[in-house]
Amino acid sequence: MSEAIARFLAMGGYAAYVWPAYGLTLCVLGGLLWWSLASYRRSRRTLERLQGGREP
Amino acid sequence: MNLHRFANPARFMRLSSALLPWCGAGAAALIGIGLYLALFIAPPDYQQGEAVRIMFVHVPAAWMASLVYALMALASAIALIWRHPLADIAALSAAPLGAGFTLLCLVTGSLWGERMWGTWWVWDARLTSVLVLFFLYLGYLALVNAFDEPGRGARAGAILALVGIVNLPIIKFSVDWWNTLHQPASVFRLGGPTIDASMLWPLAIMVLGFMLFFATLLLVRMRTTLIEAKIRVLLLSEIERHAAASPRQAVAS
Amino acid sequence: MSAFRLLVQRDLRLALRQGGDAAMVVGFFVLATILFPFGVGPEPELLARIAAGILWVTALLAALLSLERLFQADWEDGSLEALSLMPLPLEAQVLAKCLAHWLVTGLPLSATAPLLALLLQLDAAGYKVLVASLLLGTPTLSLIGAVGAALSLGARRGGVLLSLLMLPLYIPVLIFGVGAIEASIGGFGVGPHLLLLGALLAGALPLAPLAAAAALRQALE
Repeated sequence: MSEAIARFLAMGGYAAYVWPAYGLTLCVLGGLLWWSLASYRRSRRTLERLQGGREP
Repeated sequence: MNLHRFANPARFMRLSSALLPWCGAGAAALIGIGLYLALFIAPPDYQQGEAVRIMFVHVPAAWMASLVYALMALASAIALIWRHPLADIAALSAAPLGAGFTLLCLVTGSLWGERMWGTWWVWDARLTSVLVLFFLYLGYLALVNAFDEPGRGARAGAILALVGIVNLPIIKFSVDWWNTLHQPASVFRLGGPTIDASMLWPLAIMVLGFMLFFATLLLVRMRTTLIEAKIRVLLLSEIERHAAASPRQAVAS
Repeated sequence: MSAFRLLVQRDLRLALRQGGDAAMVVGFFVLATILFPFGVGPEPELLARIAAGILWVTALLAALLSLERLFQADWEDGSLEALSLMPLPLEAQVLAKCLAHWLVTGLPLSATAPLLALLLQLDAAGYKVLVASLLLGTPTLSLIGAVGAALSLGARRGGVLLSLLMLPLYIPVLIFGVGAIEASIGGFGVGPHLLLLGALLAGALPLAPLAAAAALRQALE
């Protein structure tokens, strides 16, 4: 079992190229996702505060 | 169909909030399945071995880089010709995403190239034109943010986006026009794809996943921009209310 | 057509009166080129090998240098607004401005280049093509640059922004300009490279004024 995992991780000797490519993909996509969602939440909170503050 | 029906920001907010969960779930599912197929199921290439697995992230990123630019240019044209308010916002929201995909395409391509060609970078037509695309995205973002009045930046950016579209055919045909290291098209070509079905399927699913991911974030970013516009209006009206209230205070005191 | 000529004359007069834009551009071209022998070493073989690239890159930067002012003075003192009300279409006015800009930058640059090529030990076979490629390529630089100059009008840090926007778009001109010189030194036909430079010029000639005029209109709004 652990041997199969090790063979999978070794990627036929190309581990140093395949895994950074996938890791970077996750980093870039995850980063865009996090950034977009964070600014979305921030603007929504601000809007709610403003609208809540106006209503008596 | 009347396009301006969708120009209404309130309608867009309703429509997008209904679409968002589906897009997001679809993107997560497709990218998850795509990653599984790409890493576990797809066979190693008879020439490139396991290194071919880089293709499943490199090719979708490369297609998205061009596709997002084409969409951005289309939105810019609509914004310039019909003054469609949402088109401006769509182009602005798409640009950072496109820049991200282009960066991804360049770096994964570099990793792949180091393995296959023995070099991180070659100055061939395909690589150079994609690098130019990356700089076009960055230039667009710099231009849009360089003006104190936001509307002016959006309009200038729209013109730049349309000028930069000459780069897209160069990217597409660079592998046919020049003899380059980069391999020619193997999926979209006359006479059908030259790529095996066992690799085409994971690739297609990854591409769809990337597209839905882009659609999700585009909707989120457009919603953010609209909410921020609303915030500005609310803040302005609050200031006006204060300004209207203060003279009376002065009289009372 | 006479309005067009008047506009070119006006711009040329302004450029000459303001203390020689042309001299400044050529001065930058000469000095920047002279830096290279100090930077990479004075070996004649090495210099001869990279002379074409050095000359084209520095000429390109020199042409970029003066672009920022292309519309800015007119925009600041309001004469751009007055010009936009003229019967001559804005596109033609942009073309006139580009022609004037080329006459005070591209033309003197092309004339100075052979002299600098001498200092850089460029192969004798490359001289004619060097001048020809610059004469064909620099008008395209002025035309594309006009779009950037119009777009960055009134922007914060307009000059830096302009270079950021324009340099990527200048790459094709640079590639074919240098390619023509290298081909002539290598003994290959220069026809394809010069034809491609001509094609870029033919494409930029109608499209760039169109885009620049659109950018000017939205700057005036």
